[in-house]
Amino acid sequence: MSNTAAPRLDAEAITSKERGQWELVFRRFFRHRAAVVSLVIFVVVVLFAYVGPFLWKWDYKIHSEIPSWAAPSLAHPFGTDKAGRDMLGAMMQATKQSLNVALVVAIGSTVIGALYGAVAGFYRGWVDSVLMRFLDIMFVIPFLVITGALAGAIDTSVRWYHMAIILAVFGWTSIARAVRAEVLSLREKEFIEAARSAGGSDWHIITKHLIPNTMSVIIVSATLQIAFAILSETTLSFLGLGIQSPDTSLGLLIDAAGASAFNEHWYLFYIPGVMIILIALTINFIGDGMRDAMDPRQTMVRR
Amino acid sequence: MVVFIIRRTLMMIPVLLGATILCFALVDLSNDPVQDRVFEIEQSTGEPVPQSTIDALEASWYYDRSVPERYWIWLTGLGDTNDDIGLLQGKWGPSIEGSAMDIGTEISSRFWITLRLVLFATIASIGIAILAGVVSAVKQYSRTDYTLTFLGFLFLAMPIFWLGSLFKEGAVQLNKILGSTVFQTYGSGTTGFQGNGWAVFVDSLPYLIVPTLVLMLGGYAAISRYQRASMLEVMNSDYVRLARAKGVRNGTVMRRHALRTALIPVATFAPLALSGAMGGAMVTESIFGWRGLGVYSLDAINAGDTFAVMAYVLISGVVVLIGVLISDILYGVLDPRIRYE
Repeated sequence: MSNTAAPRLDAEAITSKERGQWELVFRRFFRHRAAVVSLVIFVVVVLFAYVGPFLWKWDYKIHSEIPSWAAPSLAHPFGTDKAGRDMLGAMMQATKQSLNVALVVAIGSTVIGALYGAVAGFYRGWVDSVLMRFLDIMFVIPFLVITGALAGAIDTSVRWYHMAIILAVFGWTSIARAVRAEVLSLREKEFIEAARSAGGSDWHIITKHLIPNTMSVIIVSATLQIAFAILSETTLSFLGLGIQSPDTSLGLLIDAAGASAFNEHWYLFYIPGVMIILIALTINFIGDGMRDAMDPRQTMVRR
Repeated sequence: MVVFIIRRTLMMIPVLLGATILCFALVDLSNDPVQDRVFEIEQSTGEPVPQSTIDALEASWYYDRSVPERYWIWLTGLGDTNDDIGLLQGKWGPSIEGSAMDIGTEISSRFWITLRLVLFATIASIGIAILAGVVSAVKQYSRTDYTLTFLGFLFLAMPIFWLGSLFKEGAVQLNKILGSTVFQTYGSGTTGFQGNGWAVFVDSLPYLIVPTLVLMLGGYAAISRYQRASMLEVMNSDYVRLARAKGVRNGTVMRRHALRTALIPVATFAPLALSGAMGGAMVTESIFGWRGLGVYSLDAINAGDTFAVMAYVLISGVVVLIGVLISDILYGVLDPRIRYE
């Protein structure tokens, strides 16, 4: 009996390997061509920002030996600006600061939004009403004005972490809505009832059962939040309400480039702009790929 | 319907109150214009500012009382005032730019400039979003679909300030080549232009084209993706198949059966598009040198002018809430299952 059963099991093991949930997600993600290409580009951008400064001889500061307004060349691949700043070095620093803001905002706003949405959806009733009315209030407040006013009020020079905190505190509302909608249907499921009958506290159910089950929504929102944060931070910096000189940011570089889009200093304008677009674009594609990969209703057939 | 609109309008009041309280507290606590002004005077005269001047400044800007008291007096104007504050009495409070800069007059002259831009941009972006979304869905997986989807992603990733700067310079170059001034790229209308409302509007059109285009492209992408998704869902539904099966012409099926239902989710995005355009107007106005509300709020933020910032917050809040109301009414028009009694 045991002699006959063993080979059959082996044969089965070859045709259908056991796969964990995350393995399936990864396999589905890597089938999404645009998302994989975007992921590669995004990793390159991250390396450019965080490893690049160690490899390139110029930093983002002004040096007297750098010529002013030099066109892109081998010595200065991205050219130099009026004050004598190597733009490749400046781009590395600017991208790093913008990414710093974006990553902290993605994590911070996701934590706030996920907890807020889960609490609202889990308790329903008056807790939900109060929390949702507060979301309505946040929607009415003009985002650029309130974040700009707070950033503009910082007496010392505005650093990237100031921007990250301000943007995270006001940028979590979309995640809260998404998580709440998900939790509203999850809370009626049997496993939540089981957890409650086993004596699980509310906090235990929210953090151990509800939030892990909304992970796919949360991860996708967190990814898209990176693009949102990059665009907000650069916009505020462009308007003069964000990161300030001597530090630099992609928005600040474009602001400094001014009206040079069609004159001989075009590189000052296009390079930081293309970098912002590249980051936001790849993030959107990655988020799209993740959404497809994590949707349990997703089939192999594209609809 | 009328009852519904009145009820919804009344429900806006607590939301607006909450928003102004939160904004007022944050903006007010993070700024101290009195101290800034005292510092400025000290810098220019080189002498310490006498206490009487500080007291006079505090009294004229109501900084001699606590934040809750200042909010109360800003809202109601009740109590001991200089007769220049009290929103419910139609007074916007003193601007720190001095009495020559009355917030009420500034805002009413700038409001139409900004509203013109924001409304045009919102309507244009929703229109082009519906068009792009429907074309994408009808020609699913064709080259057109892929191109439109990619363009959508691209504009979603493009910061408005960069697009604005690019288009502005592009328009300047185009004017040079054509030797004309089809596109006006600075200001919101001919300086010193006088005339009735219609003449002013016609005069402003060349100034409106490029900023509207920028805001439209910055706002349409998100909506068009939802339009595509909802259109696809509807096109695969049974009742559309039934309509086809009974021999209704394809164009009629698309217009009357599919599109109408597919527009419902998009109606949710109208207020989002409006608030996005309000935010975008701040950026485009400062790029194109408009003297609109957005630039006014930027100046107010930079000056720490709490009452002026609050005026902007209030107006933008009312505009966004009216957008929400219109989208709720659109729901009722589009979806026969929703009826407002």
